[in-house]
Amino acid sequence: MRGFFISRLAQLIVTMFIVSVVVFLILRLSGDPVLVVAPDFFSQEQIEQMRKFWGFDKPLGEQYLTFIAKAVTGDFGTSYLKKLPAMEVVINRLGYTWMLAAASAAIGLTIAVPLGVLSALKRNSLFDLAITSLSSLGTAMPSFWLGLMLIIIFSVHLRMLPVFGALEPKAIIMPSMTLGVGMAARLSRMTRSAMLEVLNQDYVRTAHSKGLLHKTVVLRHALRNALIPIVTVFGLQLGWLLGGSVVVESVFSWPGLGRLMIESISVRDNTVVQAGLLWIALSFILINYAIDVIYIMLDPRIKFQ
Amino acid sequence: MDTQTDTATGAKIADMPNRRSPPLRVLTALGKSPVGLAGSLIVTVIVFLAFFGPLVSPREEHSRNLRARFKAPGFVDDVGTYTLGSDQLGRDILSRIIAGSRVSVLVGVVSVLISGTIGVIYGLISGFVGGIVDSVLMRIVDGLLAIPFIILVIAISGVVGAGLSTLILILGFTGWITYARVIRGEVLKVREMEYVIAAYALGQNRLKVMLLHILPNVISSAIVLAAVQVGVTILAESSLSFLGLGVKPPTVTWGLMLSDGRQYINSAWWMTAFPGIAITVTVLGVVFLGDWLRDFLDPNIRGRA
Repeated sequence: MRGFFISRLAQLIVTMFIVSVVVFLILRLSGDPVLVVAPDFFSQEQIEQMRKFWGFDKPLGEQYLTFIAKAVTGDFGTSYLKKLPAMEVVINRLGYTWMLAAASAAIGLTIAVPLGVLSALKRNSLFDLAITSLSSLGTAMPSFWLGLMLIIIFSVHLRMLPVFGALEPKAIIMPSMTLGVGMAARLSRMTRSAMLEVLNQDYVRTAHSKGLLHKTVVLRHALRNALIPIVTVFGLQLGWLLGGSVVVESVFSWPGLGRLMIESISVRDNTVVQAGLLWIALSFILINYAIDVIYIMLDPRIKFQ
Repeated sequence: MDTQTDTATGAKIADMPNRRSPPLRVLTALGKSPVGLAGSLIVTVIVFLAFFGPLVSPREEHSRNLRARFKAPGFVDDVGTYTLGSDQLGRDILSRIIAGSRVSVLVGVVSVLISGTIGVIYGLISGFVGGIVDSVLMRIVDGLLAIPFIILVIAISGVVGAGLSTLILILGFTGWITYARVIRGEVLKVREMEYVIAAYALGQNRLKVMLLHILPNVISSAIVLAAVQVGVTILAESSLSFLGLGVKPPTVTWGLMLSDGRQYINSAWWMTAFPGIAITVTVLGVVFLGDWLRDFLDPNIRGRA
């Protein structure tokens, strides 16, 4: 067991290293980063100065080493737009993104798990058909469009909810509904198929024939064993949510990480983009790590090498 | 031969006579599955519109009529009816939706061809060569997967710049990651099959075994995944264009129409509603077709993709 945690941790570090190389390279894809940021009226000399100031005159490998040496201490440089350390700019937005992620995940779980279980129990019924159709629809629908439609209904026509921002508590309702419904669509599909697989197993039949209550069999024997794929999909979705849902956050002008990324990318505030990308990847990797741990708790049969 | 009926598609999977010609076999199977039928119908219509749109389009997609701005669906002028209403420049929404199908089909198909080719080759090499090469290639995939697809694409297009062909390339060169993992997994399974060992025993070289015996047996997973990815790519294109980081006007795309619609969300709901429906229906068609393909090509991988 301890070996497993250590080897997963080593893998995690390797993955983070690769992420850092990817992030480092993305911002240099355009060729010379200085020419992109420098104003048109800058002289050759001033551009040269700028290049030197940012360290872009050094070889790529050396630039990377400087970048990573500072990055591990949390130093990504200064945001030229906000005049604050880039990591601080990112951290300032985390609260909003986490709040939204938690609300959306809660909505997603509450809708998806009961509906998925019921859908599997009433397989091939009208109810099942309705749920599977709705979940296909939810997967196919662009989440930001669902958000826009909610705005039309609840803000424009019913005038119940604010269109954007995070100034009042009820501002979180629409963005979290938007993300939660999308999550529920994927999760209920997975719950249904995982339950169907488990319901045919011998131990479920045994539990029934022991005369246990139907409810007990479904919840304690079936659902518990169907949890692994459900947790996997949930974890992936949560990982994405913690990265900030770029498009939905910008539809609702929600001041989270996703919107920060868009803002910073469009004004080429590269230090913030780097810090943000690395943070997003790290939280995604950590969630996956946590899921592996949960696997072991859910199913003692699982052994990892 | 046993007969299995899939609940989602209602298709009888293994009871088709093998003597029929392959195209006929596909059509017969398709005819028996409501989901497959619906999916192929939608996809056929969209592809038809992409190629022959101008023939059926009520108006020219760029033609403006400032006296018919923001007209609700059903508005009639001396040329004809604005069936789905008009936008801020008096352009016909229906004609623009028809024109927008071109970009969706183009981006969906071309990007997926690029990403599928790269991903299959990558996964094939990783799984077939194994050892340290496999570990390195898969850690790279882990690293890239840790950054959510949409954020990765946004970051790259923010740096490289926007535009239709750039966007196709970006989506093509980032989308392969999904295939790499799946194909590698399939290769690991197929690699140990008796017929592969037999091929070695007959003295075939490694390259031939890889291309003639392993590739044909993993390609069906790639095709199923490609169908899913077409939907994912169309959604990504619309998100990026919506955010202003994808295709630029005057090219007509559904994502750009939504971004126009958002500006006038208070007064003209039809500008937002209909392009979103177009995206949803298209992606739904692709997803349906993918579901059916999955069952048709390989009943064993059902429910996993």
